[in-house]
Amino acid sequence: MTATPMIAATPVAWLVLLPVLLLTGTALLVMVTDLWMEGPDRDGLGWLGIVGLAVTAVASVTLWNQGEIGFGGMMAVDRYALFFNLLFCLAAGLTLLMSMSYLELTDIRVGDYYTLILFATVGMMLMAAATDLIVIFLGLEVMSIAVYVLAGIWRRQLRSTEAALKYFLLGAFATGFLLFGIAMLYGATGSTTLNVIASHLAKATGEQRMLATIGMALLLIGFGFKVAAVPFHAWTPDVYEGAPTSITALMAVGVKAAAFAAFTRVFLHGLAGLSGDWSMVLWGLAVLTMTVGNVVAVLQQNIKRMLAYSSIAHAGYLLVGMIANGENGGSAVLFYLLGYALMNLGAFAVVMALGKRGEPNERLDDYAGVGFRHPFLGFAMSIFMLSLAGVPPLVGFAGKFYIFAAAVKAGYVGLAVIGVLNSVVSMYYYVGVLVKMYMTEGSADVPSPTTRPYLFATMLVTVIGVILLGVFPAKAFELARQAFLSLG
Amino acid sequence: MLSLIVFTPLLAGVFVLCMQREQLNAIRRAAFFLSLIPFGLSLGLLRGFNPTDGGMQFVESYAWIPQFNIRYQLGVDGLSLWLVLLTTFLTPLVVLAAWSDVHKRLKEYMFFMLALETGMLGAFVALDLFLFYVFWEVMLVPMYFLIGVWGGARRIYAAIKFVLFTMVGGLLMLVAILYLAMHAQAGQPSFDLLRLYDVNLPLEAQRWLFAAFALAFAIKVPMFPLHTWLPDAHVEAPTGGSVILAGILLKLGTYGFLRFAIPLFPVAAAEATPYIATLAVIGIVYGALVAMVQPDLKKLVAYSSVSHLGFVMLGLFALNPQGVMGGIYQMLNHGLSTGALFLLVGVLYERRHTRLIAEFGGLWKQLPKYAVCFLIVMLSSIGLPGLNGFVGEFLILMGAFKAQPWLAAVATSGVVLGAVYMLWMFQRVMFGPLVNPANAVLPDLSRIERAVLIPLLVMIVLMGVYPAPFLSRMEPAVTAYLARIEKKMAAVDTSSATFANGFPLPLGGGQGEGTMYAAARLGEPHPGPLPEREGDGGAALP
Repeated sequence: MTATPMIAATPVAWLVLLPVLLLTGTALLVMVTDLWMEGPDRDGLGWLGIVGLAVTAVASVTLWNQGEIGFGGMMAVDRYALFFNLLFCLAAGLTLLMSMSYLELTDIRVGDYYTLILFATVGMMLMAAATDLIVIFLGLEVMSIAVYVLAGIWRRQLRSTEAALKYFLLGAFATGFLLFGIAMLYGATGSTTLNVIASHLAKATGEQRMLATIGMALLLIGFGFKVAAVPFHAWTPDVYEGAPTSITALMAVGVKAAAFAAFTRVFLHGLAGLSGDWSMVLWGLAVLTMTVGNVVAVLQQNIKRMLAYSSIAHAGYLLVGMIANGENGGSAVLFYLLGYALMNLGAFAVVMALGKRGEPNERLDDYAGVGFRHPFLGFAMSIFMLSLAGVPPLVGFAGKFYIFAAAVKAGYVGLAVIGVLNSVVSMYYYVGVLVKMYMTEGSADVPSPTTRPYLFATMLVTVIGVILLGVFPAKAFELARQAFLSLG
Repeated sequence: MLSLIVFTPLLAGVFVLCMQREQLNAIRRAAFFLSLIPFGLSLGLLRGFNPTDGGMQFVESYAWIPQFNIRYQLGVDGLSLWLVLLTTFLTPLVVLAAWSDVHKRLKEYMFFMLALETGMLGAFVALDLFLFYVFWEVMLVPMYFLIGVWGGARRIYAAIKFVLFTMVGGLLMLVAILYLAMHAQAGQPSFDLLRLYDVNLPLEAQRWLFAAFALAFAIKVPMFPLHTWLPDAHVEAPTGGSVILAGILLKLGTYGFLRFAIPLFPVAAAEATPYIATLAVIGIVYGALVAMVQPDLKKLVAYSSVSHLGFVMLGLFALNPQGVMGGIYQMLNHGLSTGALFLLVGVLYERRHTRLIAEFGGLWKQLPKYAVCFLIVMLSSIGLPGLNGFVGEFLILMGAFKAQPWLAAVATSGVVLGAVYMLWMFQRVMFGPLVNPANAVLPDLSRIERAVLIPLLVMIVLMGVYPAPFLSRMEPAVTAYLARIEKKMAAVDTSSATFANGFPLPLGGGQGEGTMYAAARLGEPHPGPLPEREGDGGAALP
């Protein structure tokens, strides 16, 4: 008799790993090339990273119709994962592009910085592709550790170090909750694979179900930290303010999208059987998150803190999409994340464009009069702010429309009403930026955007994206829908 | 054709924006001549318009967002035709009026003005609720900049107040639109206005949806007591902004009632009629009384707007041909005469940098041409027979007397009060001795100012003595509009029992909390017919 091995060795599914491998390779290449490069001009590293991201994106596109699952159901390259791959490549690519201009203002070591951004992106992709809680955890750690370091990478800046430490401590704490939740779910269902959990939960009763519910609650806390939902948001403003602005952009866009990718997959697919329980809790979280985020944002005087609270508020809107559940709600979340990425990256690019070496110009007062003195900066910022506020025909509106339509369709009219009233509050502070830029006189000396070609390019790309996706959202709606429907 | 009319202004605006900042005169000329293009096109629209057809004409329809069945759909009928013309007519005049008025950031001013025109035209001709909402919100941005950048001392406060007020209403309307579109027919959502006209909703849903739409439009009109943003916005806005705001933007509120709120939810509208008509009458009297005590000319005109739009609302909610046609006519009148009044106040302000009535007096001797223009416009605003205001007010009161005689009687006092505050103001500004030496050196109307005012005066007289061509093009549409409402009320009356229970309210099959919440907001579906509704509805219809 041959003894059955405890763990069956599964064949390596290369196709499933392809995007992740490509990007890991790129990251290693950047790290090594850094050692060989001479001279202070290291833009080449950034371009290398961008090329790697582009290749990964192309690979993801070609995999669109594959839908393969590998490693015994632990990882998948379904459309859902690929949609997020594209989103992460876009976010990381634009972050690298911005950084090439931004890093000149800082004394950050360039090679490590680019490598870490790429590794963080690998982690994000893992999170989106994972169909097993352990792999999600793995992805989360790969991403988070890179971002912890990135937040503090501007070592001479006290606030950067402070941000890193804060983010690390609270992040580690949140990860603990997540692991605890995974353990509970394993106890309840005997597996960490989402498919197995889902089928177990469909018929679970009594103690099993209770255990699973506790596990769900712990997961909720863990994800709540990562997406910055109230009341787990306290770290956000400090970390966003302290981190180098390019990293703040990556955190606000990439990290949040990755967390939502895993959050949505786990809750809408794996824990669908408990939706009665979690939708109630999420309802409260969504209302709290939207309201606290928006109301506190009104009081901010620093643009990065303001955008931090705004990102909290947007997490609230995204939660509304999750609560709406089903085809509409889920696709709305994906589309919203895409739009949100474009407008937020653009807004942070403007924030960077206003800064000079040793003079970050991050107070709202520094924006006084900028609009007419630098028409393009003003125009771009207006587009981003109006889009974030949800003014048509920009992508922010299309996203909100999609989310609230899903909510109304699912019967959450009250939630939609609370959401739109929050939009009115948000209008106040987004428009406040326009008030500063166009309606007050100021003298802040701001460098012309054309002297920073990479920032300029980032703004141009995002402005075009925000407008195009806003006016013609149909194609992207369809992509998001297909992506969401690929969830088993 | 309609798309061309709607989007030429925006293209013109972008063109102006690309011009050299220093070439002020070239910018002015370009903006003016380019803004004549949509006017010319809309004259073509008027020529091609079939006056006997009460339905939509020049319809354009393309798929836009297929997932939600959202279509890019435009069309014009007798209800919107004249409002389109009013918009394309006033914009060139406003551009012309900026000749001597606006000096700083001229090309941005022209851009926002032209972009605003696109937003307004789009909202008037949109036949898809989503498209309408897009135009409705898009308008906010240029208007916000016009007030906030080129406005007076408290411009920022006024601009933000304007935006927030309008947004609250607009976004709640968005939720209502979503609800309506999602539940209008089983399975597929629909934003197509013409199709939604035929959907019969149960009373409970109608009430909520009507409330949301009505709030949005009532803020825009603005109806008492939601009018507080208006005086601020008007006083702080530059002259051109005020003209557009009063002349066209406010019409979007009343047009919204006419096009959306009433025909989509006629039963709820009929129920609400007594309240809305009462608020309208309060607005008429209140606006007139407050206007009377204003020391500031612009504020006086702003409050007179509140009063005049009260008349429009009273007419629209009379729900009979005279009232509705009078209401539409009065929208046009108000656009012309109040627009002209703001221009005239702007002329004085530009010369003296004050608008306080006490600063003036005896201007007739110094500015005879100005005074004559002012006299004609003022008389039109009062409603003197032979000028346009009379036709509108007369029709409205006739309609209102049929529907709500008591309210109409009170509203008539508004006409008298209107005459009082206007004439009193005119007397203090124009007559008496010319005591203030600063006024003794004022130049009379310049050529450009005359070029701006004369077309307005011509229209004021023309619409006063020969209203037939205007009314005849409205009539078929108004008849069709009232017939549709009547049919819909009858349908709901006979089948309300089945509809109320069979309507897909999202009460079954939702999840947990959300279901409860929806139930709490929308109330239980009404079983059985509701007798009280018949009384109101019957009284309101001729």
